[in-house]
This record gives sequence, C-alpha cells and structure tokens, in this order.
Amino acid sequence: MARRTVLPPVVRAWASVRRAWRLSLQLRITTITLLASGALVGVFGVTVAKRITDQLLDDKIQHASMLVANGGDWATGQLNTVTQISDPGLDSLLETVLARLAQDAGEGVVVAAVQSHEPLSAASTYPDIGDITPPVSEELRDTITEKPQRARQIRTADLGRGERAYLIFGTPVPMSWGYLELYYFFPLDREAKVAGQMRATVAATGGALVLLLVVVAGLVTRLVVRPVRLAARTAQRLSAGLLDQRMEVRGEDDLALLAASFNQMATNLQRHIHRLEEMSRLQRRFTSDVSHELRTPLTTVRMAADLIFAERDSFEPAVARSAELLQRELDRFESLLTDLLEISRFDAGFAVLDAEPTDLVGIVRRVADRLSPLAARAGSEIQLVLPEHPVIAEVDGRRVERILRNLVGNAVEHGEGRPVRVTLAADEGAVAVTVRDYGIGLQPGEEKMVFNRFWRSDPSRARQTGGTGLGLSISLEDARLHGGWLEAWGAPGEGSQFRLTLPLRPGDRLISSPLRLVPEDARRAGSPDAPPDADSPGTRGGGAAGAPSDLVETATEVGSG
Amino acid sequence: MRARVLVVDDDPALAEMLGIVLRSEGFLPSFVADGERALVAFRENRPDIILLDLMLPEMSGIDVCRAIRAESGVPIVMLTAKSDTVDVVLGLESGADDYVVKPFKPKELIARMRARLRRSEDVTPETLTIGPPGNQIVIDVPAHTVTRNGVEVKLTPLEFDLLVALARKPRQVFTREVLLEQVWGYRHAADTRLVNVHVQRLRAKIEPDPEHPEIILTVRGVGYKAGTS
Repeated sequence: MARRTVLPPVVRAWASVRRAWRLSLQLRITTITLLASGALVGVFGVTVAKRITDQLLDDKIQHASMLVANGGDWATGQLNTVTQISDPGLDSLLETVLARLAQDAGEGVVVAAVQSHEPLSAASTYPDIGDITPPVSEELRDTITEKPQRARQIRTADLGRGERAYLIFGTPVPMSWGYLELYYFFPLDREAKVAGQMRATVAATGGALVLLLVVVAGLVTRLVVRPVRLAARTAQRLSAGLLDQRMEVRGEDDLALLAASFNQMATNLQRHIHRLEEMSRLQRRFTSDVSHELRTPLTTVRMAADLIFAERDSFEPAVARSAELLQRELDRFESLLTDLLEISRFDAGFAVLDAEPTDLVGIVRRVADRLSPLAARAGSEIQLVLPEHPVIAEVDGRRVERILRNLVGNAVEHGEGRPVRVTLAADEGAVAVTVRDYGIGLQPGEEKMVFNRFWRSDPSRARQTGGTGLGLSISLEDARLHGGWLEAWGAPGEGSQFRLTLPLRPGDRLISSPLRLVPEDARRAGSPDAPPDADSPGTRGGGAAGAPSDLVETATEVGSG
Repeated sequence: MRARVLVVDDDPALAEMLGIVLRSEGFLPSFVADGERALVAFRENRPDIILLDLMLPEMSGIDVCRAIRAESGVPIVMLTAKSDTVDVVLGLESGADDYVVKPFKPKELIARMRARLRRSEDVTPETLTIGPPGNQIVIDVPAHTVTRNGVEVKLTPLEFDLLVALARKPRQVFTREVLLEQVWGYRHAADTRLVNVHVQRLRAKIEPDPEHPEIILTVRGVGYKAGTS
C-alpha cells in the first residue's frame, strides 16, 4: 500500500527529469561529462590509492621481515645458552632478550615469546601487555611450528594502546627441547595514517578534476548553445513580424558564419515581404481607385440610357431598338463591373467579413420571395424545406444572401421548368443549405470546374438572369471567407445539387455538414459522396445521414406552375 | 408643391444628368460642386432634401453631412461609389438618412427620395412612453418631440420615425426588414445596415449608457424592440 502512494510522486519526478533531459542540450552534455569523467577519475583514483597502499605495506613487511630475521637469529643465539626448560634463569633471560629485541625493533613494537606447547596466555611479552591470544591465530602458530618457518599476518587488536592494526610476525626459535615461538607485533598505525591521507588527497584531487571537467564542458556547451538559442529567438521574432531583427556577427568562425547566413536570410525575407506588401497595397489602391473612377461616369451613362429608354416610343424603330439594347447591355456591363470588382477584392485580400448572429430561415425565405418572379417566368416552383425553429448562426447576412441568390438563380435557370428544392438544416457545429434542381445536371468532372471564373455549362444558353460567369466564384469566396464549404454535385440528366456549409461562428473548423452532398433521390444514392470539390477537405461519409428529424416539409408553392 | 433638392457633386456630367432626371420627375434641383458652397447653399435656400456625394474635393462629404446635421434634420441621402461597411457606417453615423451606391438606377434613387420626403400627417394626440422606470422616454407624436426626464432630445425625422415605430408596439420584436419597410418605406432589397446604424444613433441620443441599452433592446438574430417597465 505504501508503494502506491510513493509511486506517483516518484513517477512525476522521473517524468520531469526526462523532460529536462530532452529539452536541454547543456544538461545532457554536462551530465555525460560528469558521469564519464567521474567514472574514469574514480577508477584511476582507486587504482592509484591501492597501489600506493600496497607499496607502503610491502615496504613495511620487508623491513619488518628483516628485523624479525635478525632478531630471531640473535635470540636463538642468546637463548640457547639455556639448555634445559626447567632452568630457573630462563624467564629472566627471556625478559632481557625480549626487551633488547623490542628496543631494537622500535617505537610501539611489542615482542612476545611463548613455548610452543604452552597456550598463548602464558606468553612473556615486552612491554608487558598481558594476553596476546586474540590477534594470534591458530593457523599462524601451526605454520610457525610445523614447517618450521617465519610467518606473518595482519590483525587488528588492542595491545594496550587502543585498537589498531598490527603486522604480526612469528618466527620459531629452536631450543634444545623444542621450539620457542617468537612474535613481533608491529603497529601499522603510521602506515594507516599515511594511506588515509593519501586516499583523501587522491579523492579531493579527483573530485576537483571532475568538477573542473564538468564546468569546462558546461562552459563550452554554453558557448555553442547560446548562439543557437539566440538564432532560435531571433527567428521567432522574425516570424512574428519583426522583420528587422538580426544576429550579432563576431569573429570569423562557424558561429559567425551561422549568424551571417541567418542575417542574410532575414534581410532577403524582409525585402520580399515588403515587396509583397507593397504590391498588395498598390493592388488594393488600384481596385479602390478603379472602382470609384469607373462608377461615376457609369452612373451618368446609366441615367442617360434610362431616360432614352423611357422615351423610346417616340423614336424611330431603329433608334428605339438601339435604346433597348443600350439599356440591356448597360445592365450587363454594370453587373460585370460589380462582380469583377468584388472578385478583385477577394484576390487582394481586401474582403471583410461582417458577421452577426442571423436567422438563416429568414434569409432563405427572402431569397425565395425575391426570385419568385424569375421562377414563375421559368415555370419552376421553389420548394422550401426548413426547420420549425429559427436557425441562428454568426454569418455575414449580405454575403449569405448573395450566395443563395446565386445558387437558387442558377437552379431556376438550369432547372428546365422542374421544381427547385432548398433545404436548410443545422447541427451543433454547422449550418447547411442545399439547392437541388432536376435539370440537365452536370457532366462527370464538371462539379469542380463549375466554380471556375467565367465557366459556362453551355455558352450558347440564353441567360435569363444575365449572369456574368463570376457568380459561383464569388459565392465560393464568400463561403471561404466564413471558413465554410461550397460544393457541387451533378449527374447528366439527373440535375444537380449545391451545398453551402457554414460554421456557426466564422473561423470555427468545419468537420462535417448537417446535410448530404449527394441527394438521396440520385440514382446512385448508396455510393459515397461525389469526389470533393477543391475547397472542401473531402466529405467524410457525409454529415447526418438523410434529413434531420425535425424538418417540416413546407412545399411552398412559389410561382404558378 | 415641388420639392427642392440640393445636389452636391463634383462631377459635372453626373450633376447635369441628375438634374435632367430630377426635373423630369417634378423636383427643383440646385447644384454645388464642393463642400463649402454646399453649406452656404443649404443655409440660403433651405432645400427639402439633399443629395450628397461623399468624395468631394477639399472638405469631405462626411464633414459636410455633419455640419448640416448639426443645424437641421433635413433628409440627406449619400451618393457613394464605396459600399464597404466601414464607409457606409461612417456616412450614416455622420448624419445621413440613407445611402445609394453608384451606379444606381435612377428610379430607385427617386423612390428613396420620395420615401424620405413623405411625412406622416398624423394629428391625433398620441403620447408614448417607453423604457424601464427611472429611465423613461416620453414621445409626443403629433408634436414630434421626445423628452427624457423633462429634457427634450433632438432627433432627425428618420430617427423619430424609427423610435415611434418601436414605441407603438413595445415588447414586440421588429426585424430589420420590417423596420426598413415601415420607417424607410423600402419594400424591396435594401441594406439592413441602415437600420443598425440608425439604432446606434438613436441609442447614442436617448440611452444614458449606449453600450448597455435599456430602452431600445437588441434581440439576437432577429431584430430590435422597445423595452418597458
């Protein structure tokens, strides 16, 4: 249970460590340097320390060995003046010998002797420290007496001066009755101290070295990382629009080369962008100037033509007819001019969306009303399929009305007298209007071309609405301005359907449409939607399948059939 | 009685053509070609309606409009080649009652002018009160006066008509199209921006806080209505 509560903080800490690792080049390099140099220096230090320690010990052992050898020989000579174990002078002689050996051996050395058949507790020692049993192991005794030979071991013991390490030499002293074991206890405290000091020195030096390496690595990395970060920041500022940002160029090395190249790129970019901005500004000015310059004389011409047209009955037939043609062609000219100016505004990026919450039901009804005379003339009926409640979306009403006027006008014109059905539906993300006609339809592939500028399905067709050929292009741009889609479907002889989809708020991303693009009564209704138009991201299986359930079939009979 | 029209436009051909059309429709046009002279002509002749081109040399049409509006409620119709919202709104806010985009159908211009010149001849006493208590507007319809807490508020005829249309049926929501028909007299395609800007102008004059209106309320997606207690 405790593990479970410990885990999340641990996991979080680990996650943040990994994140810091990913993000910082400096951290990575300094850590790697730290680990690698730490390992190397560590190995080196341990090796050096060990070797020195061993060397120290070897020296001591050699020195001690020689001492013991000489001492043993001398003791053998001295002690063998006693020939019997029961000799009373043995003890005092032994003491004298031991004292002499200890003095010769040096400060702190304890010398002891014991009969090989006696326990260690009976040993005589100089200085008198009592029991030497603890440090002297049985193996040592056996080794000395068995072979017989000199032997040694190192043990820690307290021989009257505190617990410390002792180098214990044992050598057999042959007597006439057997062996005497002679022991030297050499204190190793001095060696231990020296070894300790040396280890400390090595550790300190190694640590300092590693630290130095890490610092150097950090500094070097920073030297490289700083210009990179600077370049990144400058690039960010550039792309944010501050076109005069540059990097400082110092020296002639690779970093300077980076900075110099960066600066050149920035300068070029700045120049290009300024040129483009200038061109765009000129284009807009031109459009605006042309607009104004053309419109004023056109107004005068229009008024004059209207006046002449109003009086045409009083002219000769030829002049009267000229007045009619003048009037009609002026109308055409005017629409063309308006459309051209509108398109050029889109091209110059000058089109502004004027979005407000609007009820689309009202717009659809208005469009149907306005086009009812046209529909009547063509013998078509405009049917509306609308929800019962208002459909409110944030749209530019003028533009939407323009799009729908264009779509319904086209449908009436190409509908060959058959009904035109306008459907409106909405879901939680978008609103859609489809305009369906049952006229001659489109050839395969035409549903994309239909939005091209000045494209006509049939150039010889009599245009009742006086279309300019730009209507659908403008509608497409209007739809795009909202962040919406305008798509077409058509089949030869089956008519066509145009679908306008708009997000509920301009700029919201559109994912699907509430209405299908391919109408249900198309002969191949089961197949997936028609190949998407260039502006829509591809109808992913269409939005809601079929008509939403809250629709009301209001077959509004607009225009006599 | 023939209505007198002041035409302010710097294009001589257009001005002359306008004159021909206006005369043939029974108006009495007079012409000036720049803003300074427009003000002088206005003060001297007191026309019944003014046609004002926005693009004038020196003094701009906007300034002329403001200057005239400061002195009188005479109907002003803007003539302009620009149809961008920002330009239209600017013109309407400076005091114009309507705007017509060039090139226009002369019949349409005449119809709009006639609509502006038509004034209701209502003499039946009628007093309307709208607005929440403590913030009320009293409208004396036949006298064409509007008072707020006893202080008279000066409105142009169009603003007055708009207010009366809303006030006669308080709490009823009017769509912009309905208002265009009732107040401006336009039955066909007309720009609903006209209504938006005039409501803003009205609010600026009668609301204590135009940003948080309490007297003329917006109904989102539908239109406007007058608020009461």
